Amino acid sequence: MVDRKSLPPVEVARHCHSMRKLIIQTIGTAGMGHIGGDLSVTDILGSLYFHVLQYDPEQPHHPERDRFIMSKGHCAVALYTVMASAGYFPVDELSTFIQPRSRLNGHPCNVKLPGVETSTGPLGHGLPVGVGAAIGAKLQQKSWQVFVVVGDGELQEGSNWEAAMTAAYKQLDNLTLIIDRNRMQQGDHTQDVTSMEPLADRFTAFGWETHEVDGHDHAALINALTAPRTPGMPRCLVAHTIKGNGISFIRDRVEWHHKVPTPEQIEQALAELESTP
Amino acid sequence: MSTATENQVMLHDCRDAFAATLEQLARADERIVTVANDSVGSSKLGSFRKQWPERLVNVGIAEQSLVGVGAGLANSGLIPFVCAASCFLTGRALEQIKADIAYSQANVKLCGISSGVAYGQLGPTHHSIEDLAWTRVLDGLEIFVPVDDVETAQVIRYVADSDRPAFVRLSRMGVPTLMSEDYQFRPGQAPVLRQGNDITLIGCGVTVCRALEAAEQLAQSGIEARVISCTSIAPLDRNTLLSAARETGHLLTLEEHSVRGGMGSAVAELVAQEAPCRMKLLGFESFAPTGAAGWLLDDAGMSVEGIVTSAHALLK
Ligand SMILES: Cc1ncc(C[n+]2csc(CCOP(=O)(O)OP(=O)(O)O)c2C)c(N)n1
Repeated sequence: MVDRKSLPPVEVARHCHSMRKLIIQTIGTAGMGHIGGDLSVTDILGSLYFHVLQYDPEQPHHPERDRFIMSKGHCAVALYTVMASAGYFPVDELSTFIQPRSRLNGHPCNVKLPGVETSTGPLGHGLPVGVGAAIGAKLQQKSWQVFVVVGDGELQEGSNWEAAMTAAYKQLDNLTLIIDRNRMQQGDHTQDVTSMEPLADRFTAFGWETHEVDGHDHAALINALTAPRTPGMPRCLVAHTIKGNGISFIRDRVEWHHKVPTPEQIEQALAELESTP
Repeated sequence: MSTATENQVMLHDCRDAFAATLEQLARADERIVTVANDSVGSSKLGSFRKQWPERLVNVGIAEQSLVGVGAGLANSGLIPFVCAASCFLTGRALEQIKADIAYSQANVKLCGISSGVAYGQLGPTHHSIEDLAWTRVLDGLEIFVPVDDVETAQVIRYVADSDRPAFVRLSRMGVPTLMSEDYQFRPGQAPVLRQGNDITLIGCGVTVCRALEAAEQLAQSGIEARVISCTSIAPLDRNTLLSAARETGHLLTLEEHSVRGGMGSAVAELVAQEAPCRMKLLGFESFAPTGAAGWLLDDAGMSVEGIVTSAHALLK
């Protein structure tokens, strides 16, 4: 198992910066991708893969690995990018995203791509699967951890709240839920569809240990993800993020949920990333 | 799509006819409301929302609730059109469709958008090649798969007028106009688009135009193919389908759906019991690979050439 804990937050930040470039390039080449949510979740994924998670890209099914579930599967490009950067497959393969018969589907498929824990795409599936994996670890007295990333819009699916009840009741202190709280969903600001607030209090009321964290601050994320656990409680991090973070014209704009930049916009985006260290 | 585009035929996204018809109906009848799951754009409900913001209920990303809310709106005397990607609408909320809609006979119009493999590259989670199998087993639910823009408008008018629950399966793939302006859709009617007595090609939705092109090619080798659009999956057009079985002796079904449980299966169930004949079902045999919608249909043996080859094999 590779021990990633050696990477300090500045190094994680460097990886995330390169990942943003890869995300832009991959979506540009494919002409498809959920760019807004890919860029809001980048720092969360980077913090997990380059500091927190225990895994071995050479042995993606290693039984002692931590389980990471990307429930917001529409942000497959962000997941593929962090997996490629972590050594699961060559970075060059990102250019095959959504090409005929590619294993880099529009939404991640675990059967095609080892290292993906479970196929996602329909929202509201990741947390129940994560709860099952966490119960499985307890039953078998395993020490590995389970991490799940969901979108805030995705939390409108009731399956999450069913799983949230089970997680607390089963005292799953080996489970961490990270909410990519970018305050937007497909067609609207989340607030204009249904209020999610008080989001953290809702999880607290369900029996979770809950924290709010800046989802673009690697040190803060890593601290929150690795802090000692409260025995018997699942942990929820409300990670405050910005949809499209890092690119001026995509940042915080609802219309960039699933829109592809023009070749000129891609150049501009890459130039912007070039000029910010 | 192979020859349709080569011939520069104008292609329509049936969602446009859907939205335009719905707005006409809503203007005349205040009971018409829409329900969406964060899918206002993909269901083409943006203009509806502009005109009647309070008559569009966006329940968020919550399909089970979406269908239940639809049933409640119907119970209050309104006529809800419940719109969502077909894969999530049918799969996620299947039990709500069974209990709240079909069993309760709630006057709800379920509109499955971007059905079949329209979301090609998004992958099998977003393909909706099980929706007919899932809904077809439910008693008391009418199911329609319109073939073009003209028929889409007709089907939407029919379901709005009817007081029965219905599931309308709508693609987003471009299709040519096949029906004449004076065409009159009726439930339980399968329009015959071409006459012939050697074999019958039965399509549904986006595959019908491919069936017509294949029939054209078969005619060049002296095979006269009948072409039927199985628009009405429930109820089925027993007369038209049984006549085709008896008169042509060979049925080739082609659908943008799994070969298990879809339109072809519905036809096979009928024919096997009442007029057995040679039959071949074309459709998806497994979860599809990644790829664009048109390519996926080709890959599953439903290119025009593929259909012609299957027809020849069936006639051997
Ligand atoms: C069950 C289900 N319903 C609808 C969709 C279509 N869809 C894809 S992404 C999305 C919005 C997701 O919003 P959020 O979870 O906030 O993700 P983010 O903003 O981080 O991209 C929707 C509605 C889906 N993938 N699954």
